[in-house]
Amino acid sequence: MGDIQEDKTDGKSWYRRGMRDGIPIGLGYFAVSFTLGIAAKKAGLSALQASVMSATMLASAGQFAAINMIVSGAGFIEMVMTQIVVNLRYLLMSSALSQKVRRDKPFLHRFLMSYGVTDEVFGISVAVRGKLHPAYMYGAVTTAAPGWVLGTFFGAVLGMILPARVMSALNVALYGMFLAVVIPPSRKSRIIAGVVVVSMAASTAFTVLPGLRQISSGFQMMILTILVAGGAAVLFPVKEEA
Amino acid sequence: MEKDIWLSLLVMAGTLYAVRALPLTMLRKEIRSTFIRSFLYYVPYVSLSVMTFPAILSATSSFYSALAGFAAAVVLAWVDGNLFRVSLGGCAAVFVVELLMEVVH
Repeated sequence: MGDIQEDKTDGKSWYRRGMRDGIPIGLGYFAVSFTLGIAAKKAGLSALQASVMSATMLASAGQFAAINMIVSGAGFIEMVMTQIVVNLRYLLMSSALSQKVRRDKPFLHRFLMSYGVTDEVFGISVAVRGKLHPAYMYGAVTTAAPGWVLGTFFGAVLGMILPARVMSALNVALYGMFLAVVIPPSRKSRIIAGVVVVSMAASTAFTVLPGLRQISSGFQMMILTILVAGGAAVLFPVKEEA
Repeated sequence: MEKDIWLSLLVMAGTLYAVRALPLTMLRKEIRSTFIRSFLYYVPYVSLSVMTFPAILSATSSFYSALAGFAAAVVLAWVDGNLFRVSLGGCAAVFVVELLMEVVH
């Protein structure tokens, strides 16, 4: 049923492809996690703790929330609840991936892949043509995650080392990648182009309008994703696709 | 306090992992519902777009350099589409514009 398609590419070359696509992610991560490291240090975490946090969580908003909660002395229940809410979008991303991953691969892969579900790695993984080979995600994580962990470490140890202008420029690296994922399909499909434009407009409204503005960004994304993707699914159901 | 931090990190990392692993491991079968399939098909486009805009406009040290980075990335993605080149092109545009702004001042 289209599950096992003719994919002649073996795991090794999928892995290499993932590594290649993970490089810009790692660069962008470095810049973002650098500020995370500085924040962690200020909050009283050691460089080791900050690095371990980055290696085990691999999530920007979730980690900033984590630092805040450690500083404010929040209880474990609050920590669990907040992490669920802040990271609820991963539930959607992971659901999308569950349908995308190749079914002829051992089930164990799904546990390993789960570690790498970040906004960015998810972004490039769903952009793969056809079904997703787990090795692609592993490759991406191999080059992306060290950027995240090292950035945190250096941020905590050194504070500012890179010139401000370089840091500033690196800050758009991740967004550039997101655009590289959503724009090319928009060229081919008017529906996707419409979805992209509506999403950006709605997100602008949520950033600007009083009331909506107060909603945390992780939660905003969750609401918008459900509304816009849900609306698109009702109006333009996808007939048959991989 | 030291132990509290480690324990906190463990609790939060565990929670986060569960959020990521549950759907991937529970939704094993192919979903048949056209609505859910379509919904999941649109999820990445919506979530990535929402994350990118307007956040990108305040990501750099100046609105104008950010706008240049955004424009450069959109154009490059349209004509080329290579992740690495689009991403670096956006960064380069920001860098150049901020350099120019400094020269002009």
